[in-house]
This record gives sequence, structure tokens and C-alpha cells, in this order.
Amino acid sequence: MTTEAPAVPGTRTALALVPTADTPQTAKDFKSDQEVRWCPGCGDYAVLAAVQGFLPELGLAKENIVFISGIGCSSRFPYYLNTYGMHSIHGRAPTIATGLAASRRDLSVWVVTGDGDALSIGGNHLIHALRRNVNLKILLFNNRIYGLTKGQYSPTSETGKITKSTPMGSLDTPFNPVSVALGAEASFVARAVDSDRKQLTSVLRAAAEHHGSALVEIYQNCNIFNDGAFEVLKDKKQAEEAVIRLEHGKPIRFGAPLPVEEGGDGLGSKGVVRDPATGDLRVVDVAKEGTEGVLVHDAHAASPTTAFALSRLADPHTLHHTPVGVFRDVSRPTYEDQMAEQLERAVEQRGKGDLAALLAGNDTWTVAG
Amino acid sequence: MTTEVDRTSRDKKDVRRLDRVIIRFAGDSGDGMQLTGDRFTSETASLGNDLSTLPNFPAEIRAPAGTLPGVSSFQVHFADHDILTPGDAPNVLVAMNPAALKANVPDLPPGAEIIVNTDEFNSRALAKVGYAGNPLEDGSLDAYHVHPVPLTTLTVEALKPFDLTRKEAGRSKNMFALGLLSWMYHRPTENTEAFLRAKFARRPEIAEANITAFRAGWNFGETTEDFAVSYEVAPAASAFPAGTYRNISGNLSLAYGLIAASVRADLPLFLGSYPITPASDVLHELSRHKNFGVRTFQAEDEIAGIGAALGASFGGSLGVTTTSGPGVALKSEAIGLAVSLELPLLIIDIQRGGPSTGLPTKTEQADLLQAMFGRNGEAPVPIVAPATPAECFDAALDAARIALTYRTPVFLLSDGYLANGSEPWRVPEVDELPDLRVQFATGPNVTLPDGGQAFHPYLRDPATLARPWAIPGTPGLEHRIGGIEKQDGTGNISYDPANHDHMVRTRQAKVDGVTVPDVVVDDPSGPPGEGARVLVLGWGSTYGPITAAVRRIRREGGRIAQTHLRNLNPFPANLGEVLRAYDKVLLPEMNLGQLALLLRAKYLVDVQSLTQVTGLPFKAEQLASAFKEALDDDH
Repeated sequence: MTTEAPAVPGTRTALALVPTADTPQTAKDFKSDQEVRWCPGCGDYAVLAAVQGFLPELGLAKENIVFISGIGCSSRFPYYLNTYGMHSIHGRAPTIATGLAASRRDLSVWVVTGDGDALSIGGNHLIHALRRNVNLKILLFNNRIYGLTKGQYSPTSETGKITKSTPMGSLDTPFNPVSVALGAEASFVARAVDSDRKQLTSVLRAAAEHHGSALVEIYQNCNIFNDGAFEVLKDKKQAEEAVIRLEHGKPIRFGAPLPVEEGGDGLGSKGVVRDPATGDLRVVDVAKEGTEGVLVHDAHAASPTTAFALSRLADPHTLHHTPVGVFRDVSRPTYEDQMAEQLERAVEQRGKGDLAALLAGNDTWTVAG
Repeated sequence: MTTEVDRTSRDKKDVRRLDRVIIRFAGDSGDGMQLTGDRFTSETASLGNDLSTLPNFPAEIRAPAGTLPGVSSFQVHFADHDILTPGDAPNVLVAMNPAALKANVPDLPPGAEIIVNTDEFNSRALAKVGYAGNPLEDGSLDAYHVHPVPLTTLTVEALKPFDLTRKEAGRSKNMFALGLLSWMYHRPTENTEAFLRAKFARRPEIAEANITAFRAGWNFGETTEDFAVSYEVAPAASAFPAGTYRNISGNLSLAYGLIAASVRADLPLFLGSYPITPASDVLHELSRHKNFGVRTFQAEDEIAGIGAALGASFGGSLGVTTTSGPGVALKSEAIGLAVSLELPLLIIDIQRGGPSTGLPTKTEQADLLQAMFGRNGEAPVPIVAPATPAECFDAALDAARIALTYRTPVFLLSDGYLANGSEPWRVPEVDELPDLRVQFATGPNVTLPDGGQAFHPYLRDPATLARPWAIPGTPGLEHRIGGIEKQDGTGNISYDPANHDHMVRTRQAKVDGVTVPDVVVDDPSGPPGEGARVLVLGWGSTYGPITAAVRRIRREGGRIAQTHLRNLNPFPANLGEVLRAYDKVLLPEMNLGQLALLLRAKYLVDVQSLTQVTGLPFKAEQLASAFKEALDDDH
């Protein structure tokens, strides 16, 4: 087994213990020999291409990368990557990944899951993996529908969704995965859109570099059962008003830019401000209300309060005012580093385990032959 | 106050020798009866008696005080010879209150000694358990030898020098009782005093108060007229082969077996577990041994426990999950995944009364069919079952051997009786333990038609049918596995009908081919077919009472053969032949005949079930009568 460097909780970077590749890699190195079998036009293709294109950047030995998935369309992902992989059972990928990451800190462990897998059947495991801060990168493909079972509503579907199982409309209030993750004490939470390769890649990069559990919600189009679910975020004209791009240290502005030639600052005409009366966030017209109160995004803020408020901005029906990017990225000790530290401390305090001494214990008697 | 007395001077009193004694300590669940029993057992073990224990306690942590459901008891049987069970009927009952008396008197044979705490026999406490009068005064206990002792008053009196309230001082009455019993049975006291000092190291005044109460109990026996006789039970040296011994409970020996397996396999141990009675003690014990590289993960639920263990196995650890019946139900899908992935995994089921929540603190053997068949699809899993608390150690090693050799999940079926019961155990030498080292895959295992090299994760060892264990971090062996049916060899997804048929049969053949030792029949009257005509067969914790009953029959001149199964899937190769060699096969089980069902189906032998599902182990006497009846019918 690989020998591990001594752990000092919270002080190492995400991939410090993962061996690096000897030679430069390309996307081709990460393609497996299996034929990709998603429906033509599925958003999963774009995510797969982005991941295959981005992994070489990390420069990790590919034998030390593991992708673990649950059940659902997106969970076929590991078969198409030439790394170690496991296609497990419905909702349980975070548990398997936790056992693997906790016992093997020399691995870069990724979980691929969907809205049903992660938030319905596997909701319990998702929140506990996040609160423990296991060093897992969780890619949650959210298409707001059950695809593999052919079109029932999912826990992220908008209320009133007409599907095969809800001919008169669904009754449940949807989960907002970013809100769920922030509520579960996640140390890294981000959102991306499948078709925006550049933004998706930058979020994946930030997630990979984060030391601890990272949840990346990826809005992914199911062109068979829920086509166009995210069109408002993709159509260039509509997106200007709908998408809020979060960048750490930058004012939270979106909408059509205020032209410099007309005295504007070239940034979006809308801004996010905090309502002094309620503490909630709201969107204002910067031209009218000025830039003074516009929030500057702080992904590293110790408190998750503002990140949570940002996650609530989007209208679950229209997706208007949907922030994308990194909501939260804070450092706290990981589960497996602390576990390794306890093992090392136990050896320091009591010496390496001596089986003969353990079995004999302190209260023995002898029977002579 | 803590003046030493000469504990060797017993010249004023009569000392009698006994060959065996059964004592039951009974009180409220808050009275510390389990601790008292444990300490008496440790003293007894260090004296070298053979022993067997039976803790019996309610599922409620603190059931209402003074009620029948709140009674907690601990029975210890010790002897100067080889014994097998905690005993059917106590010779001595220590009853800390009317509830403890009422709940336990029916188990006492006439002439038994009863030590009662008279302080608790007030009208309110008596009424609470439905006594119309005071049984200590109304003659209803005339068949027994009753010692009325005001245990609480005497303890409080002894602890006067300490700055304790009456209530606080009264809590040490269990140590007073322990001191008294230690005097009666000549138990060594040093270890108990050392134990109390260590247990209360942070509160030395509490340690001293307990030691004072303990010594006061001893002195009380020494000086009081009522206790005229004390008893000696000589060490059971001749019952044991030479060696170093200790007392051990089933859950402790199981935890040690898992650590030993990890050491002998040179693989780190990973336990994924969710707390559940009566398995939690294995989690507690393993979490104390991090210096062996043991990782314990208390998961969010039963499913996460096995999931994490399976993930660790994928990464090259010895993955283990511990649970009881309800937990197995939740883990079923993940066990099926492990069958499909063909990775080593140990599933430890400490069985308890079912169905559903059932009887959490009581024992049963009713998970056998769940272990055997409780999954979707054809998902065979080997099963091992220890027969005694000490044997849990060997069973853990055997389960690990099977899991590692054949790359398969393995069930270990213990039960609440084995888990909490204890007996002497000969401490093995580390070198005697099996070598469980494995070889991970290190390179390609197939040459392709084009001359290139490849790694096929499901290319099997022809002897064991095991697939290679290629752990992440091994260059060139990147591969994907999963729960979807795979093509044999390549491991690629396959929906091909013939391949599925082949894979189902191959997984079954792999488990059927697991090497297990033959059953050995014990029959002083001759080998199978030539001696006794009746065979008694058992599995798991019924070993003790079955063997004790068989001995009784033989002492009375009866001819009866006995064998016990440690491997329940696959069965030993000679089992069918053995079963067919007898006119009658008796099978006592703490279920409604689950093993009998399997044996009848597989061997077409008319096995006769003797079943009991009371949550308690069989009594030897009861089995002896049943066996005798079967022998008589046979004539």
C-alpha cells in the first residue's frame, strides 16, 4: 500500500498526497474503450467532454483517480472514463466513496450522481458526506426529471410538473441542491451549466483544488423527457437577465451592461443588495439605486448565510436570477485527515499494535501441561 | 474503616468443597448487576475455574425502577471441571429488590440459597410487583435457604466516613453484595480492587467508597452468624489443555478475531457500522485499537456502514460491517452489489429476536435464511457460525479466509447469547494463526489477438474461480466494475442471455467450491453407521446446551451421536453421508426450523426439528428430555 505523508489537518492542499503523472496527458488518455450510450443530444455528453478535457490539467496519475456513481443516466459516467471506477447502487455512491477516500488518501475520488440519485433515494448519504467533509468531488447532474425510468418527476422538478406519474401535476416543493448542500455544512458548493464549457471547467478546477467535500450542481438538459428545462439560462438574450455569474471578490452584477459611453461602469445593469430590514437579498436596478449597496461576492466567508441567501434568489419555476459559479469555498479539516491523525496519535501514544499482547490482555492464568 | 482483615482465617467457619455452582445476580437495571456479575466472573476466571455466563437485561436503559420488566440479571456457572452452559437453575440467587425476587424465584430448585436486600422489601415495592404479603415473612420461600441482609443500610453505614449522601452511598450496595459473594466462594479480591481504582481513576473518593463497600461485604460474611458456611470450587486445571487462558465474551473475541485477520492478511481493517444492539460492542472495541491501523466509521445508517466497508475493500482494505437482523435487512442491496463486484467483505450479524425490532437484547437464530437467501436475484454468500463465545475468534479468521481467497462477501452469524456470554479462552500464539496474505493484481493478465496486453478484471483463477483484486493506484489496471451484469473476463457490461446464465452459475459454483472442513461426529459408541442410531446436529450457540444434554444421556447409558456445523454455506462435503448414516437426526434450533429446512431440501433427509423462540438459550435439561424421548421412540 502507498505510504502516506504525515497529516496536519487543514494544512495540505487537496491533491498533495495524490501521485502525479510522469508524462503530460490529453483528453484521449481519459477515454475508455466503451461506446457512449446516452441518448443523442443528451447534456451528459458535454459534461463528459468537459471532464475528459479538464482531467489532464490536474496532472494526476490516472490510476489514482476513481469515479464512483449510483444509478441513473448520469451514473453510467464511470464506464466512459479510463480511470478506476464503480457503478454502484441507487443513492449509495457517497457511502462507497467515503469508505474509499477515508482509507486511501492517495486517491482523487469523484462521485457522479443525479437529482434523483443524490436527493431522493440517496439524500441521507449526500448530506452526511458533506457535513463530514470527506475529500470527495460530487458532480450532481440535475435535469429535474427521472430519465432512466422514463420520465417521472424528480425531487428538483418544479411544483405542478405534469409527468407520467403526475398527470394532474406534482405536489412536492422541489429541493434546491445548492441550498441543501449549504444547509448540510458543505465546505464547497458551486453550480454550472452543461453547455457552458468554460464556466463548467473553471468550477471543476476549483472543486478539484478544494480540500474537502465539494458539491457541484450541473444543470443538464434531458432532451427526451425535460427538453429545454434550462433554456432560459442558455439562450443568449434571456441569459443576460436570468444568469448571475458569481466571482469571488467581484460585485454581484448582471443584466445588460451599463455602457461606459453613457457614463456607466460597463458592468451589469442589475445588482444584488441586502435588504436592511429583512436581511434577505434582492435584485435592484443599479442605474436607479446606485452601486453602493451591491454585494461583493465572498466565497470564503466563514458564515454560509449570504451564500444561502444567494441560493434562494432564483425563482424555482422560471429560473430567473440563477447564480452560477462558486457559492462557497471554505477550508476546514477533512474527515480522512483527522481519521489518519487519530491513527497516528494512537501509535505515538501506545506504540504500534502488538497482536500477541492484545490477545493475552491483563487477566490470564496458566494451565501447566 | 478500611482495615485489612486476614482473609485466610476461616477457622471459625465451615468450609465445604463443591464441584460447581450457579449464581444469579438480579436487580433493577440501574443496580449495576451486569458489572457485579462481570467482576465475579473475572475473579472466577483468575482462579482457574471453567465458567460460562448469561447476562439477561431489558432493552430499556432504565426501565421504571422496581418493576418486573426492569429486572436485569447476570448468571455465572463455574466449576472444577469442563462445563458448557451457564446452567439451567441457579444454586444461589442474589435479589436486590422484590421485583428481582419475583422474576427469578420460579427458576430456583428447592434448597437454593437466596440472598435478599431486605431494605427494599417495603409495602410499596412489594405492591408494585403484585406481592400481597411479604414473601420473606409469609412462608412462601420455605423451600429455600433465605439470607435476609439489609444491603443498603449496611453499605450506607460502612460508607459513613465518606462525604456522600445516603442515596450516593447506597449505590455501592452492589459492591457490598459482590464482597459477600466473594467471601462465600473464596474468590480472590485483588483484581476487583485494582479494577475499581482504574475505573474511577478520576474520582478516587468514589473508588475508595466502592472498595470500602466491597470489603465491608466480605467482612460481613466472615463475621455474621447467618453465613456459617463458605465454599471452595477448585480450579478446573484438568479440564483444559496446557496454555495461557483468559475469560472472553463473544463480541470481544470476535473483535480480536477481526484484528487478528487484519494482521495476518497484512491489510488495514475498515469497519463501517451503525450502532445496533447487540452488535455495538464490536464497534466500540475496534474503535479502541487505532494503533493497529483499524479505521472505524460510525455511519449515518446501516446502508452507509456497508457501503463504506465495500468502498474500503475496493481500495484494498479488509472491509467489515457489523449489525443485527434489522440492519442486515437494510444492507441487503449492498450485499448483492458485493456479490456482483466479487470483492471481499465481512458481514457480521449478531442475531437477536425478530421479526422487525423484535427482542433487541434477547437471542435467536432466525436470520439463517435471511443470510442464505435475503437478496434479489441469485446471490450466494458463504456463511460461518461460531458455536461458543471463544470460537467467535476463529470464526472471524475463517470468514476472512473465505472472503479474501474467493473475493466474496461472507456472513458471520453470531447471536446475542454468544455476544454477551463469556468463557475461558486459550490465548493462541500469533504464529499458530492462519496466514491470510493476498496478492493484489499488479499487471496485465491477458494477451489480446493483436498481441497487446490488457487487464481483464473478471478473468478467474481456475482453482477458486476468484477474480483478480486490482486496487486503485495500480498503473495500467484501470477498470470499471458495477452492479450491472458483466461479461465474464472483460467485466464489460453485458446483456447477453448466455453470458448471464454463465455468470449466475459461475458465482454459485464459486461459493459451492469454498473449501470447508468435514464435520466430525462425536460418538463414543462407534463411527457413523456403527454406533448410535440417533444423531443430534446443531449450529451456532446451541452447542453448549446440546453438548451438556448429550453428556447427560450418555452418563445414563444412552447412545447418541453429536455433530455441530460451523460452515452453513457451503455445507461440509461429508454432511449428506453423515446424515444418512443415522436412523434419526435431531436438530435443535432457536427458530422454527430454518437449518432443518435447508438440510431436508438439500439431502432429502427427514431431519426432526426441536425449536424454541423464547429469546433465551435452550436449557440442557429440556434438551436431554427431548433427546431421551427420541431415543426411547427409536427402540
